[in-house]
Amino acid sequence: MSDIRLDLNNICKDFGGLAVLDRISLQVGRGEFVSILGPSGAGKSTLFRLLTGGVACDGGEIRFDGNVLAGANPFAFMPQRDALMPWRRIIDNATLGLEVQGASRTAAREKVAPLFAEFGLAGFEQHYPSQLSGGMRQRAALLRTVVQNRPMLLLDEPFGALDALTRTAMQRWLMTMWAQHHWTALLITHDVREAVFLSDRIYALSARPARILREFVVPTPRSCRGLVSSETSRIEAEILDTLLSQQPDQ
Amino acid sequence: MPLLPRPSLRLLASTGPALISVGAVVLAWETYAAFSGISPTTLPAPSRVVAQVMEHRGALLDNAIPTLGATLLGFACSLAAALVFSVLIDFFRPLRRALMPVFVISQTVPLVAIAPLIVLWFGFGLAPKIMLVALVTFFPMLVALSQGYEATDRDIEALLASMGASRAKIFRLARLPSALPYFFAGLRISITYAVVGAIFAEYAGAAKGLGIYILNAKNNFRPDLVLAAVLVSATLTLVLFGTTMLVQRVAMPWFQLEGDRRP
Repeated sequence: MSDIRLDLNNICKDFGGLAVLDRISLQVGRGEFVSILGPSGAGKSTLFRLLTGGVACDGGEIRFDGNVLAGANPFAFMPQRDALMPWRRIIDNATLGLEVQGASRTAAREKVAPLFAEFGLAGFEQHYPSQLSGGMRQRAALLRTVVQNRPMLLLDEPFGALDALTRTAMQRWLMTMWAQHHWTALLITHDVREAVFLSDRIYALSARPARILREFVVPTPRSCRGLVSSETSRIEAEILDTLLSQQPDQ
Repeated sequence: MPLLPRPSLRLLASTGPALISVGAVVLAWETYAAFSGISPTTLPAPSRVVAQVMEHRGALLDNAIPTLGATLLGFACSLAAALVFSVLIDFFRPLRRALMPVFVISQTVPLVAIAPLIVLWFGFGLAPKIMLVALVTFFPMLVALSQGYEATDRDIEALLASMGASRAKIFRLARLPSALPYFFAGLRISITYAVVGAIFAEYAGAAKGLGIYILNAKNNFRPDLVLAAVLVSATLTLVLFGTTMLVQRVAMPWFQLEGDRRP
């Protein structure tokens, strides 16, 4: 991790006296896939809202490529639910970010159209979101995210709403996509297996107020991740222990 | 919902129940008028009402046109005003708190009281009709639009904000389209109010129109002509109602796909 892109330093945030984030420090390097793993309601999504400019932090510093984050944000954000606009066809949903950036509709379509095959959406350009399956909708949402061509992806539990089989298929697909594109990505999830499967590094978060319990490095090469190995099982168990030891009430 | 193979059968399945219930009411009325012994000048049978429509179609058409004109003009004004005000109060919250009470109070004024006054102030021309139609339709349209904006998916708004969209852009790309189903629901209700409003305004004073036609027929003790005019106005309302449905289909092709889950 020689080249740090995102650098969070002692981030604190509270809402009306209720501490949500407690001195969060984490780094994401160029081309690295990092996951934040924690119980629901721990403030994982709040962290993303700090990054995308929805809310300001109460303490600490966010740097991107060495500069304090201000104004234009370098992130392409993929929300938990796909947030596709039901009134726009899939191709027009995919071009949304480009249109917001000021591209003309035709130019945006030309840029997005060639990517449909790679995202398994060829032939569905003119469909409406309600005509697509959950997995396809999620791929369309990811397509909408990556075409914005921002330096870094923020993925907020992107597969949380999918059934188990579709989720596994989507994780594998994302893995192959990542292997080709080497996006820099930060993933929020509460699925330990998903985090271990996709990430280079994992930060385990405590329940609210969220602080970083531990950082895990996943040493397994990506090509071996699909298989059940003793090493991935060991890391999964270790992460689960770390997370569960924090929740005496459950 | 049983699976019906042919479109004609499906059409029958969807319109059949309505046809049967309407037919039953008409049949009961016709039977009652024939056997109750009540004079046809007091309770005309449906067949007589239809016959009167045919006989007086010239006069009825002549009076229906001003009513239609007042309805459409008044409704157009009201729509434009509702659109402008809904956007204004969506962008400036204090304005909502200032204006909403005024709009609500405007709805508490009884039409019977205000209609003659507006005619008194603005004469027998088109202006008072437009005003009354606008008065009865503005508020439902405003509420429908405001509610529609509020119904916008928070995730979509957050997504647009993360893309760097301005408030105006978020409104145009998310809030406005989100309001469409609500807009059309409001439109369907308001268009029926609009016809009633126009007729009421004419009733309070007009040179021509279905309202004044109904008033004259009543004063001449001709309930059959009153009902003939009612039949014409009902047809007019249904045609306008059907038109809004057609416009909705064209404007929101995606909405049909969702199976009409929302309003």
